[in-house]
Amino acid sequence: MLQEVLQSLPQVLIDGLTLGAVYAVVALGYTMVYGILQLINFAHGEIFMSGAFIGTAFFILIMGTSWAAGVPQIILLILVLILTASITGLVGVGMERVAYRPLRNAPRLIPLITAIGISFILQDLVRFIAELFNGNYIVTGPSLFSEQITLKTSSISSVFYDASFKSSFLIVLGTAIVLMIALDYFINKTKWGTAMRAVALDRETASLMSINVNKVISITFFIGSALGGATGVLFAVQYGTIDPYIGFILGLKAFIAAVLGGIGNIRGAMLGGMLLGLMEMFASANLSLLTGGVFGAEYKDVFAFAILILVLIFKPEGLLGKPTAEKV
Amino acid sequence: MKFKKSVGLLLSGVLSMGILAACSSDSGSSSSSTGTTPTSTEPAAEGSKVIKIATQSPLSGGSAIIGEAIKLGAQMKLEEEKAKFEELGYTLQLEPYDDQADPKKGVSNANLIGADEQIYGVIGHYNSGVAIPSSEVYEKYNIAMVSPANTAVEVTERGLKTVNRIVGRDDFQGPAGAEYAVNELGAKKIFVIQDKTAYGTGLAEAFIKAAEETGAEIVGNEGITIGEKDFNGVINQVLNKKPDLVFFGGLYAEGGIIIKQARDKGIDVPFMGGDGMDSSGLVDIAGEAVKNTYITSVAGDSTATESGKKFMEDYKAKFNKDPEGFSVYGYDSMGVFLTGLEAAITANNGELPGKDKVAEAVRAVKDYKGALTDVSFDEKGDNINAKIFLYKFEEASYPPVQVGEVSQ
Amino acid sequence: MKEKLTAFYQNKWAQTVFLALFVIVTSAALYFSQKSVVSFLLLLSSLLILHFMNLKNVTKWIVALGLLFVLIPFASSGGPAFQSYMEVATMVGIYISMALGLNIVVGMAGLLDLGFVAFFAVGAYTYSIFATKQASNFMPFGEFPLGGESFWGFLIIGGIMAAIAGVLIGVPVLRVKGDYLAIVTLGFGEIIRIIFNNADRPINFTNGAMGIASVTPPEIFGITLSFPNQFYFVTLVILMFTIFSVLRLEHSKLGRSWKAVRENEIAAQAMGIPLVRTKLLAFALGASFSGIMGVVFAAKQAFIDPTSFTLMESFTILVMVVLGGMGSVPGVILGAAVVTILNLQVLTELTNWLNQLSLSGTLSIPDALSPAKMQKFIFGALLVAFALYRPKGLIPAKNKIFDAKKLKEDRPHRMDNDSDLDAIPVDQDKVRV
Repeated sequence: MLQEVLQSLPQVLIDGLTLGAVYAVVALGYTMVYGILQLINFAHGEIFMSGAFIGTAFFILIMGTSWAAGVPQIILLILVLILTASITGLVGVGMERVAYRPLRNAPRLIPLITAIGISFILQDLVRFIAELFNGNYIVTGPSLFSEQITLKTSSISSVFYDASFKSSFLIVLGTAIVLMIALDYFINKTKWGTAMRAVALDRETASLMSINVNKVISITFFIGSALGGATGVLFAVQYGTIDPYIGFILGLKAFIAAVLGGIGNIRGAMLGGMLLGLMEMFASANLSLLTGGVFGAEYKDVFAFAILILVLIFKPEGLLGKPTAEKV
Repeated sequence: MKFKKSVGLLLSGVLSMGILAACSSDSGSSSSSTGTTPTSTEPAAEGSKVIKIATQSPLSGGSAIIGEAIKLGAQMKLEEEKAKFEELGYTLQLEPYDDQADPKKGVSNANLIGADEQIYGVIGHYNSGVAIPSSEVYEKYNIAMVSPANTAVEVTERGLKTVNRIVGRDDFQGPAGAEYAVNELGAKKIFVIQDKTAYGTGLAEAFIKAAEETGAEIVGNEGITIGEKDFNGVINQVLNKKPDLVFFGGLYAEGGIIIKQARDKGIDVPFMGGDGMDSSGLVDIAGEAVKNTYITSVAGDSTATESGKKFMEDYKAKFNKDPEGFSVYGYDSMGVFLTGLEAAITANNGELPGKDKVAEAVRAVKDYKGALTDVSFDEKGDNINAKIFLYKFEEASYPPVQVGEVSQ
Repeated sequence: MKEKLTAFYQNKWAQTVFLALFVIVTSAALYFSQKSVVSFLLLLSSLLILHFMNLKNVTKWIVALGLLFVLIPFASSGGPAFQSYMEVATMVGIYISMALGLNIVVGMAGLLDLGFVAFFAVGAYTYSIFATKQASNFMPFGEFPLGGESFWGFLIIGGIMAAIAGVLIGVPVLRVKGDYLAIVTLGFGEIIRIIFNNADRPINFTNGAMGIASVTPPEIFGITLSFPNQFYFVTLVILMFTIFSVLRLEHSKLGRSWKAVRENEIAAQAMGIPLVRTKLLAFALGASFSGIMGVVFAAKQAFIDPTSFTLMESFTILVMVVLGGMGSVPGVILGAAVVTILNLQVLTELTNWLNQLSLSGTLSIPDALSPAKMQKFIFGALLVAFALYRPKGLIPAKNKIFDAKKLKEDRPHRMDNDSDLDAIPVDQDKVRV
């Protein structure tokens, strides 16, 4: 049994990292907004989904033109990533302006409810547009970066099987890491990043220190949503097929990742996302092996949610978070 | 006095909602009668009674392509037969309902259908999970249901007198696939993946049972979550077990992705699926990877018969899109129902019979020659002429090539 | 105009006459023209008018009961559409009861629960498993399916099972607050659904995704209940019980503790409110109403499978509560009724109408825009609009206003009477509680 688990381990690690990278970047968006506004931006998953659709639409458009054939795919990808990220970033800013800003001093429950509402609206809008142009809302984009690369893990030790991956795996992982490092730098080293941290710490005091709080919040939403949209593009490249409902559950998982790592903590979100991706993949590949067929792969979401609940019960501040005392 | 304002607001809200609803029901009938009168020879005379036939299929959601295809097929047959019933003094009308693949919605629609005294029959559903509770309602109102697609055993096995289907059952489809997999494709070790829905589980269990009886070994039986896009976890298990064949019980949306991701991982053994994968969407999603995939389907190849070919051409001409596998079943289901309806009217000397009489007449239909299937119902409402067809995707194009056919 | 309205509002007799006329006209319209959904809806809305009338609570209740038990079933019985109206009314009743349950948790205790449908599922499965052969798979004794009389017992058992589930979920999540709580309850809701969906292996408890078919219909005095009009009365009786208990709870000591916890947990604790017990009771009581209706739902549908208990369902119930007004019992009733009717009747009829138009070629609307598909969009827009412009809902919650002087005078005689739909008329020196 252990042998079988080990054999597939390299492959499971690779698949887990791919999924984990997606979770991690989406989790960043949650964590940034939560850190500043103490608001779960439920609609973040839908921003991710919109990004996937916008990106796919760009790919289909660009692939249709004649000049696309001569340009390396990687340049196309970067172009699409930038375009999509700026559009979803603006969507995020607009969302904040319309649905969250008027409610900044409302009871905590109310913005959460608008977030759910916005998320429904986005889902249905995207479904409507996709269905109108495509006849069906399940959209399959052009196939990119699909060469197979085999990793000779069996040469390390004979207990492992070889692992293989598509070259898009490298792109996803690489882009995700670049995005995360850039964000970490931005938050910790730049003036705006410092302003963001100040607002997160204490909004009133920050505004007294001549920080334009509204602008900072807008920028936070822009960056978070741009990251979400960019991840959507990566997701579309990696998995090919998308539908308007991918955002909700994925967003939920990303939120779990953010909580796992310690919500409000950028590095925690990255760690949580990667961990969750790996655990989920491990569970769906090995659960039935480990439990003798009693619990199959269909229980992997139960596994993910159970982990969330356990973390919240025993370490409510998350793996990297700091405990906070509640003020009356 | 805020009170008053809110009362006014509320009342006007309720009123406007009501008016909307009123428009929907009232002008619905009036507009449709004006819609049909120009085509008939005379302005709707008193004698021309309206007979409505409902379709219930998912027009939105994941199976919308197929639900729409069933509706359009039924609509086409209805419009073809319209003139004939016009002569008998009846105006046929289609009333499409969207069951959203949701049992609650299906039952609630079924009650609306039952309440409409002009509706004499239902063509539907696509999902067995919706068909089972909804048919309990049809039974109460004696409305004949002809199913173009439900394969779950339970649908007819409950002994309801109004429920009929023209397609084969899971306990016929599963074994047909298993037999082909083991005997023709020589599969000894089979890995089964199911989508954990009523349809997928029913089909997969029937397949597993038959495959084990035929002598194959089931090396894995795993479930996936519908709506997800990453199935690498389960596919890694397939990699480990090295089966000769992978069977997927589920719909094309997940099936296509699983096939694609498995092929990416270098799994080149044949895949097999059921009628839920019988959709052009499978090819759109899986692309080239779809090659070497087999599907069993209750839907036959329309190009095989002359009438089938004619149907395809007409359908294309009328709706400007290619028919799906189930379009012709919507068409034939409507055909069977109208045959029964006509028989009931004739037996009643041209007068409109009761709904129960129509249901009896539909059940009594024998040797109906449809565009694709011949239909004769047995005492449970199953079609004794139902066949299971086996297809193979040799190219990345839809429809696939027929490689076999199994009759009962 | 304004004065006339004010005068009208103060004149009881004018109102009574107006209501009577309204009810007579609408019920006659419904009785004679069966297809008219509008008269059915208007007849239902007479209850709303009744709520706003300046009458004594007891009178209101008597009139409302008369309308619900006699007039509405009678007026809609005029033709074949009878059962479909009753079906809609039954579903409305089921959802109202669930929304009232959620209202305890979200509205009164301020604990955002996004997995509420799980308790409904627990109730539904409790009855279905024992009212079919399913139970013989794991029960070492007894003969299954149980007879239809057991339904009445299962109403209580279902409620208790759901309450137990509520406590089980409540215990671990009490450590988390606010937004975290929302996510954790959502997670629990999903876990319960996934377990129901997969509990056919290794022991077949729930028959997994295949669902449980042919659930035994309830039976009373030898009569088998299977038509919607019969379920209408069952639902109505339970609903009345629910409304009554919720109203009593709201102004009880427990209800006031819930509100205190909602407003400020730490302050409430400092005032001596046992936090854990109060919160757990909110979970348990809210869940039990949902569980009872789950039993009714299973019996009515005669078939249940996990697709009836998805996340979307939890959100729908939440929409009802928010739309009506969190914490407000009449509001939640209105919200649940509006959403259910919108969903089951208005959107369907609207789609049918548009379909007819496009079939007859008058109008062509892309399929993607059909109103039945726009359900999510409409919900979303409703949620956002209400949160922004009317965060307190259609009928905002009101705290009972006590008249200090009267209270002092009455002190020896009565403490906590009059705990009904509306506040006592306001006087000059008033005390807000």
